[in-house]
Amino acid sequence: MSLSIMLEQLGMGMMRSVGLFAWTLILSIPLGLLVSFGRMSKNFLLRNIIKLYIAIMRGTPLMLQLLIIYFGPFYLWHANIGGYRYAALIIGFTLNYAAYFAEIFRSGIQSMPAGQYEAADVLGYGRTQTFIKIILPQVIKRVLPPVTNETITLVKDTSLAYALAYSEMFSLAKQISAAQASFMPLVIAGVFYFVFNYFVQEVMIMIEKKLNYYR
Amino acid sequence: MKVLEMNHIKKRFGDLEVLRDISFSVEEGEVVSIIGPSGSGKSTLLRCAVMLEKIDGGAFSYIGEKAAWEKDGSVVYADKKKIKEIKSNFGLVFQSFNLFPHYTVMKNITDAPINVQKRNKSEVMEEALVLLEQMGLSDKADSYPYQLSGGQAQRVAIARALALRPKMVFFDEPTSALDPELTGEVLKVIKSLTEMHMTMVIVTHEMKFAHDISDRMIFMDEGVIVKDCSPEHMFNSDNQRLNAFIGKIEGGY
Repeated sequence: MSLSIMLEQLGMGMMRSVGLFAWTLILSIPLGLLVSFGRMSKNFLLRNIIKLYIAIMRGTPLMLQLLIIYFGPFYLWHANIGGYRYAALIIGFTLNYAAYFAEIFRSGIQSMPAGQYEAADVLGYGRTQTFIKIILPQVIKRVLPPVTNETITLVKDTSLAYALAYSEMFSLAKQISAAQASFMPLVIAGVFYFVFNYFVQEVMIMIEKKLNYYR
Repeated sequence: MKVLEMNHIKKRFGDLEVLRDISFSVEEGEVVSIIGPSGSGKSTLLRCAVMLEKIDGGAFSYIGEKAAWEKDGSVVYADKKKIKEIKSNFGLVFQSFNLFPHYTVMKNITDAPINVQKRNKSEVMEEALVLLEQMGLSDKADSYPYQLSGGQAQRVAIARALALRPKMVFFDEPTSALDPELTGEVLKVIKSLTEMHMTMVIVTHEMKFAHDISDRMIFMDEGVIVKDCSPEHMFNSDNQRLNAFIGKIEGGY
């Protein structure tokens, strides 16, 4: 196999990895915010259900979670899981990452000084207005570094889709490497992941710089 | 006309009775200073008045509108809409300023009038510029709070409170976080408000300042009002506890 075909195939795999990455990020960040609200809720039942959910997501391997989400419906209800692979991946990644994001958001929200809420209250802002206008923008700035960490981990974690035989970059690299008895595809995949993450990191640094107009 | 009237206010944090049966009122245009040792309940009283804390007993009202009262032995507050209305009567200046760090000075001052009171934007902006000039901060409109000194930040906080056109303003130890040099510029601004006949309640440790600007002074200790009188009487009292306190503050050590 020529290098250009190899690159082309791995490039295609990379696009699939990017797809998994993008969907997971778009869905897990808002979900994570909702989960963090649940985690901080005054409602005992809700708070503890969320606590359990976060404990399970963080306490078991993501690969195992993906397998259970994909094959679960079949073993439980003999459901036809034919076209379900991609959805299972997105659901699995999103549920897992939302748990981590939720804890990051919770730490950010709880680190806000009470004085900000009090000032907003006395000035007449309602609860929603206070959160959206006063609290959230400051929380975003505070949580950016840990969110960058998670985002970079997510890029690499997309390779776990290999467990469900989804042909993203890692699966393809391994396949081609085995078929061609060549080390090259693995090296190229490594370079691709690195470049992908370098790009992610630069974007996050840019956002951080943009938010540096205040302290 | 009484702007604020508080009757038999009680407040408890767990087993600790912070306020025991406090009653006082503030007339329109009046400047009232509250003094007293740490832990006497001054700040708690203020926080109850602005509804950052809920009272456990008693009643209070603004301009005759009941904010909270006792019913069957427990305290009830007015409904949400009414409370919002009542809250628009007063402003509060915090010890630690509590400016919004992500907003410019201008936006700190104008955001609530525009987005909470829904007032005309250009009118609010114009008023804000006048306020900034009054505070001696005309050149700081586009600065962010981190670029200000403590004294400047506190003056912005005062402008922010005034921008909502309150009937009265509370000050919770407005200079306690400032060094002596910066304290002066904030006190000067507060003093200029008395000339505009702004109704004010000020919790402070600045005795001379309190004496000079107040129409009335209140001395609190252990959750009760020990003395509520004119500044002259406050400084010429035969109350031992009061004299010990004033002596300590004025004498320094």
